[in-house]
Amino acid sequence: MQTPAPFEYERATSVDGAIASLERLGPEARVIAGGHSLLPMMKLRLANPEHLIDINDLTELSYIREEDGEIAIGALTRHVELLTSELLAERLPAFREAEQVIADPVVRNRGTIGGSLCQADAAEDLSAVCTALKATAVIRGANGERRVALGDFHVGPYMTAVGDGELLTEVRIPLRAGAGSAHEKVERRAGDWAIAAASAAVWVDGGRIADAGIALAAVGLTTVHVTRAEELLRGSAPSDDLFAQAGQIASEDCAPSADGRGPVDYKRHLAGVLTTRALRRAAARALQQEA
Amino acid sequence: MDVSISINGEQVSRDVEPRQLLVHFIRETAGLTGTHWGCDTSNCGACVVLMDGAPVKSCTILAAMCVGHEIRTVESLEVDGRLDPVQQGFHERHALQCGFCTPGMMMTARALLDENPNPTEEEIRIAISGSICRCTGYKNIVSAVRWAAEHDAAARQEV
Repeated sequence: MQTPAPFEYERATSVDGAIASLERLGPEARVIAGGHSLLPMMKLRLANPEHLIDINDLTELSYIREEDGEIAIGALTRHVELLTSELLAERLPAFREAEQVIADPVVRNRGTIGGSLCQADAAEDLSAVCTALKATAVIRGANGERRVALGDFHVGPYMTAVGDGELLTEVRIPLRAGAGSAHEKVERRAGDWAIAAASAAVWVDGGRIADAGIALAAVGLTTVHVTRAEELLRGSAPSDDLFAQAGQIASEDCAPSADGRGPVDYKRHLAGVLTTRALRRAAARALQQEA
Repeated sequence: MDVSISINGEQVSRDVEPRQLLVHFIRETAGLTGTHWGCDTSNCGACVVLMDGAPVKSCTILAAMCVGHEIRTVESLEVDGRLDPVQQGFHERHALQCGFCTPGMMMTARALLDENPNPTEEEIRIAISGSICRCTGYKNIVSAVRWAAEHDAAARQEV
């Protein structure tokens, strides 16, 4: 029987209360939301927190809204809500495309965006989506809020910029004109982790790419932010040839390891192809929005 | 810790360890063994129950996390000897062989039909994609859910 090691459980009744508990209990405390990453790790003794702070009652952290030229997503927003949000589908379509292939519908009823990002699993899709969309993580502690760019949020495998006594409360994504985004994933079977996945965002201005975001899942120790390909795209006119070059860079700059999901060469190839496909679709959407 | 959970409309209370999973609370504390305990890794879906109407995998939720929520298990489907259309559909369409995945499949199907009374085959297949049938009897399971969809309205009218 797989059961976690013993721990103390408490249910937070406010964000401030959760932060106070995290600060008081220190590094041996963990936040639990959906629990679909943490509990399996606890069953395997890969995580052994002495205290769990359940934040599922903090419904004030569950929302998707447009404000101040940004989309703000509360950390407790569940995958099913991200999947069905018409606001996200219209403004940031990479989210719906990713959510359709994250785990399965039953798991999506529980898992949250905050948990997905904080798990910092390199194969996790939303981390790639949020990195490509140049999202910002809002982290709250006893001394107030601070903001960290998603590109700097994952500091190592299963490690984030969130410190002891801090809570990820929100993800903010800037809304800019002429935007398009897309997510591509190849998996062995429905609901599995990616063999490789690519998220792309493109912002066009006057027919040229003003800015681009590219991030890969499952082909490195952490989410791979392909900045060299983003630089290539900036200032250029969108074309299939350009996106093929960006795909080539993605396959060179990722660092997959061989495992049951495939050998290194295959994963590099996939990373390149998926990057090119995601960029093509993102650019088509961006041009349509600009027109 | 004292944990009191509403399961199929009845309050079940027990002093359990915080680490007790919902599936074990249901099976051992409440004595409702219809919910099956399968892979223990949130992959197989045998342990699916409804939490406030939404299907969830009870092997990956702590019992303590369910205080204040309504849990429904497969035992709640049959009422006064009358099978739920989902159960009847599984019977009519021979949608179980070994039966291990059946409770999770039926609860997932019940939640789907509650939200979408007339799902297409593709919608059914997506809805049950978190449940694995090792007998690979998916064709008949999908057929059973369709059968239930077609008979759900009639069953409601009769009641």
